[in-house]
Formats: sequence, C-alpha cells, structure tokens
Amino acid sequence: MAKQRGAIVVDIERCKGCELCIDSCPTSVLRMERKVNGKGYHFAYMENPEECTGCNNCAIVCPDGVISVYRVKVEV
Amino acid sequence: MKKELRLLKGNEAIAEAAIRAGADAYFGYPITPQSEVMEYLTWEKPEERTGMVVLQAESELGAINMVFGAAGAGRRVITSSSSPGISLFQEGISYIASAELPCVIANVVRGGPGLGTIQPSQADYFQATKGGGHGDYHLLVLAPASVQEMADFVPLGFDLAFKYRNPVMILTDGLIGQMMEKVELFEQIPRATEFDQDWVSTGKTPDRERNVITSLDLQAVDMEKRNLRLQAKYKKMREEEVRYEEISCGDAEYLLVAYGSSARICQKTVQLARDKGMKVGLFRPITLYPYPTKYLQEISGKVKGILSVEMNAGQMIEDIRLAVNGKIPVEHYGRFGGMVHSPNEVLEALEEKIIKA
Amino acid sequence: MSTEAKSITIKDIIKEENLVYRKSSLMTDKMLSYCPGCGHGTVHQIIAEVIEEMGIQSQTIAVAPVGCSVLAYEFIDIDWQQAAHGRAPAVATGLKRVMPDKYIFTYQGDGDLAAIGTGETIHACNRGEHITIIFINNGIYGMTGGQMAPTTIAGMVTSTSPYGREVSTMGSPIKISELVAQLPGTYYVTRQAVHKPGNVRKTKKAIRKAFENQELKKGVSLVEVVSNCNSGWKMSPVKSNKWMEENMFPFYPLGDIKVDGELVK
Repeated sequence: MAKQRGAIVVDIERCKGCELCIDSCPTSVLRMERKVNGKGYHFAYMENPEECTGCNNCAIVCPDGVISVYRVKVEV
Repeated sequence: MKKELRLLKGNEAIAEAAIRAGADAYFGYPITPQSEVMEYLTWEKPEERTGMVVLQAESELGAINMVFGAAGAGRRVITSSSSPGISLFQEGISYIASAELPCVIANVVRGGPGLGTIQPSQADYFQATKGGGHGDYHLLVLAPASVQEMADFVPLGFDLAFKYRNPVMILTDGLIGQMMEKVELFEQIPRATEFDQDWVSTGKTPDRERNVITSLDLQAVDMEKRNLRLQAKYKKMREEEVRYEEISCGDAEYLLVAYGSSARICQKTVQLARDKGMKVGLFRPITLYPYPTKYLQEISGKVKGILSVEMNAGQMIEDIRLAVNGKIPVEHYGRFGGMVHSPNEVLEALEEKIIKA
Repeated sequence: MSTEAKSITIKDIIKEENLVYRKSSLMTDKMLSYCPGCGHGTVHQIIAEVIEEMGIQSQTIAVAPVGCSVLAYEFIDIDWQQAAHGRAPAVATGLKRVMPDKYIFTYQGDGDLAAIGTGETIHACNRGEHITIIFINNGIYGMTGGQMAPTTIAGMVTSTSPYGREVSTMGSPIKISELVAQLPGTYYVTRQAVHKPGNVRKTKKAIRKAFENQELKKGVSLVEVVSNCNSGWKMSPVKSNKWMEENMFPFYPLGDIKVDGELVK
C-alpha cells in the first residue's frame, strides 16, 4: 500500500509569524519556533515531520507564500 | 490635398476633429454649453467610421478616470466638459499629469463660480494655467478663437500631448462652442496600431519588464525625481511651444491682450480705434501655458499701456503684469459671470483706463 | 517514485523533482507589505496562480486601488495602473473599451469600492463592462488606521466608531455584492473567504471563473472575499479569523450570489 509522505520548506526570512499555517495542518505537523528571524518574527517549522502528507494546506493558506511543499509516494 | 468645407458649431468641430485626428476614445458627461460634443459623436457612430469608442460616463469623475485608463494604454483619448465639470475632473487631471499620460481635455467655459450660468466666460484661466488640481504640474493650454481653431487644435493637442506625455487643455468658452462658422476639415489621420512599449499598460510581454502607470511614490526622494522630470518638461514647453497672433501690433502705441472670444471682440475694437486715429493693436496668446511672456516683455518697451480684456474679474492680467514687470501700466477690463463685453465697451475702457489715465 | 518507508528522510523528500507546491512565479520578489496574517497576501497569490495557469500574463492589465493594496502593483508581475480612490472601475472601463480582448481586473477594498467609489462600481456593473472586480471586504479602513467602513458591521468598534457602529446615526452596513447582483450587467457575483485551505481552493475556482468569464463578454464578474484585518481589529491573525467566522460571516454569508447571469435562489 502506498501513502504520501511530505515535507515543507519555510522561507524563514519572509515568514511573518502569523500562525495561520499551524491550524491549517490536518496532522498537526507545524509549530512556531522560539527563535526569531531577521525581522523579529517567530517562524513556522515542522515539529512532527513524519506526520506531513504534503497536502499543501499550509502553503496555500500562507498569506506570504513562504512555504514550498514536497511530496513522495512511499510503500508502507 | 482636398479639404472638406463645412458649417459647424464650435462644439461639433471638436467632435468631428476628434474622429479625424484618429482618436481612440471619447469619454464624457453632458453639461451645458458643451453637450453637443458628445451628442455629435454618438450621432456620427465613429465606431463604424474608425472604430473610435464613445461612452457616456456616470459622471465627470467616471469620465476622467476612463480617460486615465485608456491613456495608460497609449491611446489617443479626448474628453470635454464645462467649468463645474472641469472642477470634478481636477483630481483625475492631477493623477494624469503626475502619471505622465497624454490626453486632450476641452473646457467650454461658462459663468461661475459654483453652478454659475450657462453663458460664456473666461473665469477658468487660473484653474487651467495655474493648477486646478493639487500638486506641481501644468497643462499645456491652447485657446482657440474660431471654430476653425476648435477643429485644428484637436490634432495639434494630441501631437503635443504625446510629445510631452502630458495632458493638453483646449480652453474655449460657450460663445465659440455654440457659434457656427465655416471650417476646413483636415483628412482622416489613421488610428495608431502600435504603442510605445516603454511605458504603456497593454500587457507585459516576455521582452520587457512590467509597466506600472502610477502617480504614487512613497519615498519622497522618488517623488522629487518625478517632479524634476515634470519641471524639465514644462521648461521645454516654455522654450518651444509658445504660440500667439499679432493683429496691427507693428506700430501700436496701446495694446489689447485677449484670447478666445474676447480676442474676436477686440478685433472689432482695434478697427473702431484705428478709425478714430488711435494706434491700437491686439495681441492674442494662443498658448496660455506656456504663456508668451517673452513677447510681452519685449513689446512693453514699445507701447504705452496694456489693457487685458478677459471675461472674468482679472486673471490673465497677472501674467501680463509679471511679464511687463512694472514698466508700463497694465489694466483689466471684462464683463463676467456669463456677460460678454461689446467692442465699444472695450474701447471706452481702453480710453478711460489706459489712454487718458 | 516509491521508496522504502523506514529509510525515508526529510532530505530524501525535499528534492526539486518532488516539488508539488511553490508560490507562483508571477509573484515578484518583493516582500508583501501587508500585515502578518492579512488575507490580501493570500488573494494576491491566488490571482497570480490563476493568471499563470491561464497563460495570460501578457494579456492582463490590472487596476490598483487606494488602501492597503495601493502597492499591489509591486507584487504581481503584470502591467498595472494605479487609480484614484474609488475610481478603479472607471479606469478599468477605459482600458477594456480600448483593448476589448485583454483581461482587465480591478482589485479593491471596501472603502474604495463601496464608499467613495460607489458610483463607479454601480455604473461599471450597470453598463455590464466585461471586467473582473476583486473586492476585499474586511469591514474597515486598514491603510489609514482602522476607521469605520461602509461594510463595518453593526456594533463593531473602529477608530471612528469607538463605541461600536450605531446604525441609527451611522447607517447600516452595505451588502454591495447583493446590490450589484440585481443589475442585469453583472454576470457572476460570489462571496468567498481565504482563511482556511478549503476556502482558499474555492476562492481560486471563483477567481478563475471570473477571469474566464471575460471571454464570454457577458458582463461584470465580481468576487468578494470576506477577509480579516487583524491590525485594524486589534487581534492576532488566528483570533481575527475566528472573529470573522463568528461575526462577519453571519452578515456576509459565503457562496454564489449570481451565476451565469441568474440570481442564486
């Protein structure tokens, strides 16, 4: 059986820490970093990357388009 | 080249000339005394003659912004209104001038201020030449004095508008707008099919960067640069585009300065004066911006006094006084609020205020 | 490409050939000037994607408003004209009338479209101009510091309604989309949102339809996007979206108002 495994890349310097991506994720992958970027914003990161299915939700809801999504099919 | 001879109203001449000048669009709104411009255009169906668009907007606010849109696409756009409507245009005109777009705007001036009256006036001189809208900008202002010039200034206006990427105003009045004279109409100029890709908003093709037509510069240093560009334009206009007419000025001891209908009236005054043995000349500015300052500076060394004859409470007189710089007396005469002075009234005023004073 | 589940690492996944989503290449490199969490950014990206997918970059000209999105022309790589406050539909009319085969759209906020621009909005819709109007409704004047807008809902606190919008003195909020849907000149009127992924996908479909409709030459397509203004509403982005769901959506219900020239019952 195949399932999707995904991963996201956040453009850290362009993230404004709005946190909309966090709730948009159906598998609770994302959290905000305690660190801040050059503009002083906390930015999103994958706290639970194994749960990411590459569904694109976070990327499309991001008002600044800072998330790129990658996805592969995996044999379970 | 065979020219067509027709008997037309001033307003109709503007409309017919717009079609022949290859205009792409006219957007307007009815207001007396210039509604014939749009009525003629809608009647003529120029979309069948040349493909020209004619659209009655919801208001002058709509009309001037439609002009802004089409001008941004590099098209030849023309509009017309009268004093209260031109006041509504001012926001749009400031934007168009700042965004460096070409267009032609005809103001068929009526008595004001406020809702005023529908009879002719020249009380929009300040509005046309000194500003009207906010900011440091100028319109190139042409003042026709005949129905022939109403027609001829349309293609001239377009050429100047595109030469400088600046709005051009045809400043006329209800008298010329409504009167009928014979006009020699020029031949049809074909509408353009190519547009200067350096600035037009026609769609970003792969071979160029995107064009943004805007009058906004959030950084003051950029806004200053924009203003410097505009000022350089106006300097060039002042050097190259001054136009005027002299009537019996060669030996004149006294000078009448008048434009538009007032100049037509003063032509008769010159005749009456000369019949009485007075050496009076008429100087008729054709461009009100750039103003023929140099000519007046020079002639103020030869004549004894100048009467500024304008249908207002005294507006162009300020530009004459600036040019003359106190060398000789300069006075004003003119009826206003829609009243039109007679040639005899002007002669009496000249005698009283300048010759006998 | 399948791989063994146990051995897969993030590094294996993040490879160019596995890319499934990146923001549109029609978005410029400039960082968006909008507040964190503002729906403007999301809508900009949807528009950029639609234009890219339809392949109409060189045929699209947009008209920017006055408001927070006055600088919209910095962010999407197409030709733009920046209009005076409220006048965008008239500017768009001028553009569309002289270039009837180009895709012309306006991008406006609630003050621009429903206050100062009401005349231009209604008459462009009444004339049935073949343009697209994208209307961002966040019930407030964001750019100028959070004043009341014509779409501010009753009771809402803004800087010019500090005790809440009082209908008896300040008027009711206007549902301008329902208003213009009554006119025969509007062909497609819909109200959407972009605060959740499902809504983003629906809005994209709506905007795509609104652009494709220009080819039919049947009148105005207006897409209203009810959006947040966390700065103006003085909330966090996440809280503002919740507030929007609870307070704005009941008054501005999402869904199609007019489709293919017919009002939706």
